[in-house]
Amino acid sequence: MADWEVVIGLEVHAELLTKSKVFCGCSTEFGADPNSQVCPICMGLPGTLPLLNKRAVELAVKAGLALQCRVNQFSVFARKQYFYPDLVKAYQISQDDLPLCSDGHVELLVDDTVRRIGINRVHLEEEAGKSLHAGEDIMNAAYSLLDYNRAGIGLIEIVTEPDIRSPEEARLFLEKLRLLLQYAEVSDCKMEEGSLRCDANISLRRKGSSAFGVKCEIKNLNSFRAVQRALEFEVERQKALLEAGEAVVPETRHWDESQGMTFSMRSKVEAADYRYFPDPNLYPLEVAPSWVEAIREELPELPDAKRDRFMEQYGLSLYAAEVLTSSRDLADYFEECMEDIQDPKLVSNWVMGEVQRWLKAHGLEAADSPVKPKDLAGLLRLVQENAVSNLVAKDVLEEMFATGKSAHTIVEEKGLRQISDDESLEAMIAEVLEANPGPVEDVKAGKSKAIGFLVGQVMKASKGKANPQRVNELIRQKLQV
Amino acid sequence: MQLNEMTIHQLRELLRAGEVSSWEILEAVFAKIDAVEGEVGAYLTLCRDEAFAQAQRADEMLAAGETSPLCGIPIAVKDNFSTAGVRTTCASRLLENYIPPFDAAAVAKLKKNGAVLVGKTNLDEFGLGSSTENSQYQCTRNPWDLSRVPGGSSGGSAAAVAAGEAAAALGTDTGGSIRQPAAFCGIVGLKPTYGLVSRYGVVAAADSMDHIGPMTRDVRDAALMLQAIAGWDPKDPTSARGDVPDYEASLTENIKGLVVGLPRELMGNGLDSEVKEAVFGAANLLESLGARVEEISLPHAEYAMATFYVIVSAEISSNLARFDGVRYGYRAAEAEDTVSMFIKTREALGQEAKRRILMGTYFLQAGNYETYYLKALKVRTLIKEDFEKAFQRCNVIISPTTPTAAFAFGHKTRTPVTMYQSDIYTCTANLAGIPALTVPCGYNQAGLPIGLQIMGKPFDEETVLRVGHAYEQHAGLPRRQPQTEVKTNG
Ligand SMILES: [Zn+2]
Repeated sequence: MADWEVVIGLEVHAELLTKSKVFCGCSTEFGADPNSQVCPICMGLPGTLPLLNKRAVELAVKAGLALQCRVNQFSVFARKQYFYPDLVKAYQISQDDLPLCSDGHVELLVDDTVRRIGINRVHLEEEAGKSLHAGEDIMNAAYSLLDYNRAGIGLIEIVTEPDIRSPEEARLFLEKLRLLLQYAEVSDCKMEEGSLRCDANISLRRKGSSAFGVKCEIKNLNSFRAVQRALEFEVERQKALLEAGEAVVPETRHWDESQGMTFSMRSKVEAADYRYFPDPNLYPLEVAPSWVEAIREELPELPDAKRDRFMEQYGLSLYAAEVLTSSRDLADYFEECMEDIQDPKLVSNWVMGEVQRWLKAHGLEAADSPVKPKDLAGLLRLVQENAVSNLVAKDVLEEMFATGKSAHTIVEEKGLRQISDDESLEAMIAEVLEANPGPVEDVKAGKSKAIGFLVGQVMKASKGKANPQRVNELIRQKLQV
Repeated sequence: MQLNEMTIHQLRELLRAGEVSSWEILEAVFAKIDAVEGEVGAYLTLCRDEAFAQAQRADEMLAAGETSPLCGIPIAVKDNFSTAGVRTTCASRLLENYIPPFDAAAVAKLKKNGAVLVGKTNLDEFGLGSSTENSQYQCTRNPWDLSRVPGGSSGGSAAAVAAGEAAAALGTDTGGSIRQPAAFCGIVGLKPTYGLVSRYGVVAAADSMDHIGPMTRDVRDAALMLQAIAGWDPKDPTSARGDVPDYEASLTENIKGLVVGLPRELMGNGLDSEVKEAVFGAANLLESLGARVEEISLPHAEYAMATFYVIVSAEISSNLARFDGVRYGYRAAEAEDTVSMFIKTREALGQEAKRRILMGTYFLQAGNYETYYLKALKVRTLIKEDFEKAFQRCNVIISPTTPTAAFAFGHKTRTPVTMYQSDIYTCTANLAGIPALTVPCGYNQAGLPIGLQIMGKPFDEETVLRVGHAYEQHAGLPRRQPQTEVKTNG
């Protein structure tokens, strides 16, 4: 890639987490029976009129603020017109030249340097319905079924500046964007449920050139991985064309996940003239500065600020702070635990380690963890007090996840409390030393490695409950080494 | 006078006194319908059974002390108002058997007042036209002269009221569609201020120009109807908040000291001399009642027609796009795929609808948008400002409602532009969103009615109705009834 610079811009659609649709009162819940969440308005029956959901505006503004945008006091709803069976009015209420939010940015950490990706705009619009084609694909379907439950769900479209310079950066951007929108509780951003969707524009240009190359739009990107893979494929494809002296055709291309290739879609699509014009049913939307400030109040601490605070306040490493703030739930989990156990290193190790591992294996978010921060704190207190060893604590946590019992109960019921009193330990040590004369001689002869073996034997005899540190000390005393 | 020829307020007195029942009034209306409907063709759908059931209920409401002046009154509704359980065709094949699951806000309000829905009246397809000749179902004839059009697009509603087939009717007015047919059929029609009456449930032609209003036998009836349908509706985002005044109380005959503007731009070329004379006659009468008539200027009025058709066509092209055969209404058979289904289905649209869709699509295309649509929006603002300026001096502005009296069938449909010109005096009020009333102000030599248009300040329906009422009370026009029945029998 020595000679070429990659230029990528993304268009992301995110469904808003409102309870009702953006222009009617229908529920937005996912997974209901087809066409069970519709009304005359979202079915576009003749004579119906749109009623703007105030909460949808607030969430879109919140998204704009999380992306450091300017919120425009006046914005205009426009009709984007095209024919498609899932588009009930043959136009989508969207925004065109006067969007709700403009000129923001997102900061990414790429190879330890901060990259700033510009956000051109964030605007509010409505979802279309869903077509289900009976048969292999749309061209050969015997018939199509339509589900309008999704029609009219509030949506934001986020358009970046062409600031992204690699497929990996595109994926990192999307991950950061998802994080921001989830933090702000604007969208749940579930790509598998379609509540987050992404199209990518990509072109190549000679390094040092300021003019843009010919771009292609890539569609059907259904996961973050697909975004990166499709763009990687596209970089190679365009590079090969350009280096062979051929031209890149400006077109829309379809990503085929199974074949790992992009394919040209019919050029009809890109020739579309949407004939935007202001929707005469919706007067310009006024968002007063005081309203914006009220929405800003709702905004939680954002991930970058939280990460910096974690490093500052708890003395965590950049890595630990990044991991712990990679979801708002996890960060909250950590901080709640910290309220009971003021040991950042201990808590962060356990939260990032055992807790996260278990949650990932079970597909759960920190907020849904059966072991609550208070429960974890209970376990860590036992660790702090040397009442259980680290090893035993891991088993106890496993038990806590499985049974919901407290650490204290499990330790007492199973008699797992660590043996730290010298009298009990000395009795066990005496037995072990007598039974292992060889290693004892080794220790005495200066082979300190053999101490480990003897400690292990004591641990075995105690069924793991002996305090290994104290056992070590007592053996050394006894053998005078 | 027959019951079916009486005004709402006359019937109100009889109903309150217990001298007649709603049932009897409805019987008179249906007797007339049975006699003349074959000639007039005002209705696309008659709701005979439901209407008698409603009349019975209205009689019970009246017996229980209901005081709404509309209780028990038989009313016709233009077939672009959604009516729950009653097919709503917009006179288009595309909505041939479309039965809405809900009532339009105005219909719901009439029903709540105890009004009786007689049927759904004919119109130009989707309200696009000025003669009702663009209906895809039937021809509606002017009860005053069956060889002439009733006007449009609310031609069915106007003919029904004029012929005694309903006591009053609801119409819609995008560029004159209430006032022009009312004038042609010798009745009163009111286009209220934009936002005063909810548009919810009325199939949109052009959202920013569509208005809903009454078509009645006199001004008092228009006031009573408006009272019932006016007011803020949360289901219409362009609906205006604010209290609704008592319109009937505004019908004093006192117009002393009012300033009446007569814009020279609305008295110009193309105006029939008999119509002109009638309007000047009306101006003189208003002066004799103590008003001061002043000639004024609306300098941008000459651009109104062009501006109007650009904006209206743009909105229509967008609003009619949803009739694609996917979810309801007509779907063409034998389509190979989705796109051909769209195309074949939409081929069923009438000429005028197709023409407006083509024009509107053209005006909104990239490259044309600024030249046509955006420019039209700017001129619309200038026209509004003309009126604002004029209303600093005037209380009302008068003009002819139409350049001519009712014309013959086929006369204007051959050239769309001459047809569009019949809206030349009415469409300015739609651009400006101001209230405009038409009242009969005479008959021409051929015995055809002529209309006087009275326009007012936004939300000042009271003054418009007061002037219209004063004029009507003192004009001394013989209250003629078109003689449809005689012709039918002869
Ligand atoms: Zn709905």
